[in-house]
Amino acid sequence: MVEVVHELTRTHIQRLAEMGKRIDGRDLEEHRPLTVEKGYIESAEGSARVHLGATDLLVGVKMELGSPYADRPESGVLIVVAELRPGASPTFELGPPKPPAIELARVVDRGIRSTDTVDVSKLGIEPGEKVWLLFVDIHILDYEGNLFDAGNYAALAALMNTTIPNATKLGEGKDAPLEVKHQPISVTAAKIGETIFIDPSLEEERIADARLTVVTDEKGHIRAMQKGLTGSFTVDEVNQVVALSQKIGKEIRKTIAEA
Amino acid sequence: MAETPKLIDSKGKRLDGRKANELRPLTIEAGTLKRADGSAYLEWGNNKVMAAVYGPRECHPRHMAHPARALVRVTYNMASFSVGDRKRPGPDRRSTEISKVTSEAFASVVFLEQFPRSSIDVFVEILQADAGTRVAALTAVAVALADAGIPMKSLLAGVAFGKIGGTVVLDLGKDEDNYGEADVPLAIIPRTEEIVLLQMDGDLTAKEFQKGMKMAIAAAKEIYEVQKDALKRRYAVSVEALEAEEGAEEELKEETVEEEA
Repeated sequence: MVEVVHELTRTHIQRLAEMGKRIDGRDLEEHRPLTVEKGYIESAEGSARVHLGATDLLVGVKMELGSPYADRPESGVLIVVAELRPGASPTFELGPPKPPAIELARVVDRGIRSTDTVDVSKLGIEPGEKVWLLFVDIHILDYEGNLFDAGNYAALAALMNTTIPNATKLGEGKDAPLEVKHQPISVTAAKIGETIFIDPSLEEERIADARLTVVTDEKGHIRAMQKGLTGSFTVDEVNQVVALSQKIGKEIRKTIAEA
Repeated sequence: MAETPKLIDSKGKRLDGRKANELRPLTIEAGTLKRADGSAYLEWGNNKVMAAVYGPRECHPRHMAHPARALVRVTYNMASFSVGDRKRPGPDRRSTEISKVTSEAFASVVFLEQFPRSSIDVFVEILQADAGTRVAALTAVAVALADAGIPMKSLLAGVAFGKIGGTVVLDLGKDEDNYGEADVPLAIIPRTEEIVLLQMDGDLTAKEFQKGMKMAIAAAKEIYEVQKDALKRRYAVSVEALEAEEGAEEELKEETVEEEA
C-alpha cells in the first residue's frame, strides 16, 4: 500500500525546507524528544521501549541455546530481526518480512556488529555444539518515521539491560549481566531540496529526496552507514551528515546510558 | 579463527601487488544476451557478473504500478556455486537489501516519468564472487540499462573503498574484505560526483572517510570510461560495413521495382 501525501503538505514542507524550517517547528539539527525505558518486558532477557517523538517501538532480547555457525564454532550468534506489525501503520501488511523490514534489521545489526557491541566469542558454551543465540527482535508499535535511529537506540538499550540466564536456563552458575562493550549510536539525516535535517518525521520521510544513516562510536569513528531513497548526496553533504552524527550521537549516547 | 594475513607491506603494496588506489582489472561487454532487451557481462578481479534488463514493460503485479512513473526493480542474485561454501539458492536477507538499495540508486538516474505505469526489471546474476559483488553488479547494470536504450541522466559507476592494515585503499579483494577494517560500497554519478548509494561497516575516522571518498570519485571516472568503451564497442559500425549494407538495400529496391514493372 502506498502512503499518500497531500500535494499541499508536500509543497508546504518543501517551502519550509527552503527557508531552513520544519513543519513541526524543530531546528534542522534537533531530534524529537527521546525516551528510553529499559527492562519493559519481564519475560525477555533484556528489553527496552523507545519513543522518538510519536514513533514507538519495543526491542526484546531473547537468549536460547543452539548450534554455532560452522565457521565460528566457539562463538555465540547474534541475530537482529525487525517486524513491521500491521497495528503500527495502515501501510504495514501481514506476511513474511518485506525489503523495508529486512533493511531496517540489517542496518541496526550492522551498527551493533561492526563495533563488537557484544563480544559473541564469549557466548560459546561447548565449542561446535552449544552456544548462546542472542535474538534481538525489533517490534514496531507505532510508525511515525525514522525507524533506523529508534531501532538502534532500543536495541542498544535492550542489550545493556540483558541478563545471561545461566542459572535459569542452564541450571548452572549465576545469572550475569551481558557485557556491552560499545555504544554505537545511529543518526539519520534526510534531504529535501538542498536542505539537510536530522530525525525525519513520517511526513518528512515520505517526501524526502534522500536519506543517510551514520552510526558512530564513542570515539566518534564511523562504524556503519546506509544511504536510502532515490535522491543523491554530494560528498560535502555526506561529510556534513557525518559531523552531525558525531555531535548528536554524543548527547543520545548519554540519554541511553542514563535511562 | 585464522591468523590475519599481512594485507599491506611497508611499501604500501597489497597482497595481489596493487597500490592503494589501484583497481583490479575490469572488463565489460555490452549486449551479451539475446533474449533480454539489454544486457552486460562484467569481469572485475575474479568477479563474474551478468546483468539482464527487460522493459519498460507492463508492471506486474498491477498494484505496484505507479500512475506517473516507471518502477525500477533490480534483483541481485548469487549463484549457488559462486562462493566457496555452496550458497542456498534463492533470496536471503543480504541479497534483498542489496536489491533494494540498488533499485533506489538507479531510480535516481533513470527518467522514470517517461514511462508511467510500467516497470523496468533488472536481473543480476553473480556467477563468481570475489568481494565487491554489489558494486560490480551496479557497474554492469548501468551498462545493461544503456544497452536496453533506457533513457538515463547518466551512467552509474559502482566502486568500493575500505581500510586494510590501517591504510585506506580502493576496491577490496576477498582477503582484504575478510580481514580488513572497513568496507564502503558506493554508487557515484561520475559526471556530477553525486552519491546515490552508500553503505558502510567497519571502523573509519572522518578523515579516513574523506580520503577514501576522494579516491572513490577518481576511480568512478576511470570505471565510467570502461563502461562507455563497452557501449561504443557494442554499437560501433565500420563505414565499410555500413556502405555494404546500403548497397545491398539499393539492389533489393531495384529488384523489386523491376519485378513490379
